[in-house]
Amino acid sequence: MVSPRYVAAIDQGTTSTRCMVFDRQGRMISIAQREHRRYFPRPGWVEHDAAEIWSIVKRILPQALSEAGIGADQIVALGVTNQRETTVVWDPKTGHPVAKAIVWQDTRTGPLLARIEREFDAEEIRLRTGLPLHHYFSAPKLRWLLDSDPHLQDRADRGELLFGTMDSWITWNLTGGAGLDGAGIDGAAGKHVTDVTNASRTMLMNLETLDWDDELLRVFGIPRSMLPRIHPSMDSFGRTRDPLPGIPIGALIGDQQASLIGQTAFEAGEAKCTFGTGSFLLLNTGREIVRSRHGLITTVAHKVAGSPAVYALEGSIAVAGGLVQWVRDSLGLIRSPAEIETLAAGVPDNGGCYVVPAFSGLFAPYWSSGAQGIMVGLTSYVTKEHIARAVLEASAWQTRDVVDAMNADAGVPAQSLAVDGGMTADNLLMQMVADVLDIPVVRPMMAETVALGAGYAAGLSVGYWSDPQVLRRHWHRAGEWRPTIDPARRDRELSEWRAAVSLAITWGKRGT
Amino acid sequence: MPGNVQSVERAAAILRLLAEQNEPLTLSQIATALGLAKGTAHGIVRTLAEVGFVEQDQSNGPYRVATEVFRLGWARLDQNELRSKAINWTDALAARTGESARVAAYHAGRARVAHHVFRGDGGTQVLVTGSIVPLHASAMGKVLLAFDPGAGRSAANAELTAFTHRTIIDRVSLRRELASVRDSGWAGSVGEVEPGVAGIAAPIRDGGGHVVAAVGIEGSIDRVCDDRQRPRAALVTHVVRAGRAISRELGHGREW
Repeated sequence: MVSPRYVAAIDQGTTSTRCMVFDRQGRMISIAQREHRRYFPRPGWVEHDAAEIWSIVKRILPQALSEAGIGADQIVALGVTNQRETTVVWDPKTGHPVAKAIVWQDTRTGPLLARIEREFDAEEIRLRTGLPLHHYFSAPKLRWLLDSDPHLQDRADRGELLFGTMDSWITWNLTGGAGLDGAGIDGAAGKHVTDVTNASRTMLMNLETLDWDDELLRVFGIPRSMLPRIHPSMDSFGRTRDPLPGIPIGALIGDQQASLIGQTAFEAGEAKCTFGTGSFLLLNTGREIVRSRHGLITTVAHKVAGSPAVYALEGSIAVAGGLVQWVRDSLGLIRSPAEIETLAAGVPDNGGCYVVPAFSGLFAPYWSSGAQGIMVGLTSYVTKEHIARAVLEASAWQTRDVVDAMNADAGVPAQSLAVDGGMTADNLLMQMVADVLDIPVVRPMMAETVALGAGYAAGLSVGYWSDPQVLRRHWHRAGEWRPTIDPARRDRELSEWRAAVSLAITWGKRGT
Repeated sequence: MPGNVQSVERAAAILRLLAEQNEPLTLSQIATALGLAKGTAHGIVRTLAEVGFVEQDQSNGPYRVATEVFRLGWARLDQNELRSKAINWTDALAARTGESARVAAYHAGRARVAHHVFRGDGGTQVLVTGSIVPLHASAMGKVLLAFDPGAGRSAANAELTAFTHRTIIDRVSLRRELASVRDSGWAGSVGEVEPGVAGIAAPIRDGGGHVVAAVGIEGSIDRVCDDRQRPRAALVTHVVRAGRAISRELGHGREW
């Protein structure tokens, strides 16, 4: 009897890394997961230790297989998906990062952006990359790193350093890194690659050519030699050598694009919203590069080797679950993220309190680099329960803001919203989202669509599934929330939310 | 300084005594061992039973320390925390069985649905999270009765409502049913809550090994049961495995 075969996915996220194994019906067979340390050395700075993240990947990949009771030879393909934009620079001789990774949430590059804008037209950057000039993306972070130490710029110019987002860092290590036998640079086996979705978040890739843009490399002062080779998302990336040898890597894809595949949103017009550390609404626009007039960004959804790229419009929200994490880690109001729902359910409304979590400025649709977080409407009446409610409502209202933008761009309003991600376990939040959007909110029978999408992409890449239509049959509705709120209350609270947002932006402009 | 409260001292002595014994003790044994008048011992033991620190299998039967005492200081598992830990494996259970899946936990006298996953066939369904399931009639309820000491105690004197003609309303039969649930590690309910509807459930344990919730599936008897109206073995296996997997997420049997 032939032993059953599976796909695996490594999902390297902002707070944790997980490895999941799926069967041919897209059902989870096993999961291994571990959080990594996050560093906040100064206000607005967020860093990860890329070496720690790789050590976690090395641990959880064998663990997921052992929990599934299967061998590496039963994995037909591995997909790697990742937090996007987070910037790693490493020395390929030693395999060590030269600095902590600068995370996508990090705001340190604000002043640098002003300098870039004086040298180069921000609108031209948007035309080439689909992205507004904002600290969210990789190029300013990489520029900052090279500026931070004169040796780094010299070494980068001499071709001694490599840059990558987490997909590149992990794949370089999976495929051999600095060389398993310590043979030095000639023995190095690591493949230095990325995919079009991750590259589309660097602010260095041209959306039309799907290659690094020489003009932008010049503007940001990045030597081409340190950049990975851009592949289609579904392509042959070689086989793993570490920590287990011989598993074919079939896909690299950014986490939000992966969840679009996990929701089987393969057709133009299909959308999803993932609630994780941040929250991300993506609308598949097919082969067309659509430019938003309402604050969404244009990004690559995926590309199959040998086929044209598929694009998407994206409404990025920097802080969703991240705010709940902050309530746990920094305020200590709850012991686990899930308890926010218990706390918030203790009161019927927010008591007049609003939280605007502009910890990383504000992303879509506002794109304010300077905005800072605020909590408003405080009176003696407000309790921690009200604050918990305002914390969850902040995710719901931010979703409303990007859905409004998407509706305005599309010209037709969405009839329902497909949601996924760890925060969809929060039933109160899902009800709030339905209430503020005034449309049904639907969760599929696999909340972890990021890992599932990476597994799907890897499986499609090696022919484990013949075509995307097969995967659609695996999609089932697992839960649905319908709006129940009084429309007058919704309208009143929406205007209060919008007033709070403008306060957060105004506060960010003080002293300028 | 005021003197010690004698009845508290005596209560502590009784708890120590019961905790040291392998077998439950009768009232006379307790009174003799501690040199108390039987009436005094009875008053204290009754009070300890009221607050849930000692229990007896049947009224007039011998007493033993309730498991509750050993869990003092353990916070009850938050229902939303439970859902967030259970969601992935409950999804997988619903996907594997094609039936709707639920997680329920016992709290304050009732078994409440903490999580609900729709049946995958696309029909109209409404989330029942937060609703109550009957302890003695549903599969999840039976698991909680069989394994959760709090639930077991609460049902000892509760009225057993007949939802259908198949609902177990006789205490002796129910006790036998729960014993078999403990033996097999899963519970079934065939047409006992609603005619034509069957359920299968298994325990969810926390890091300390205590049963804190139940996970189960529910669907029409034709699909969930075989020709002899017994829950299908393959479905039972899926449910039991889901229970084990969720228990692992809660730290049961995990090394790290």
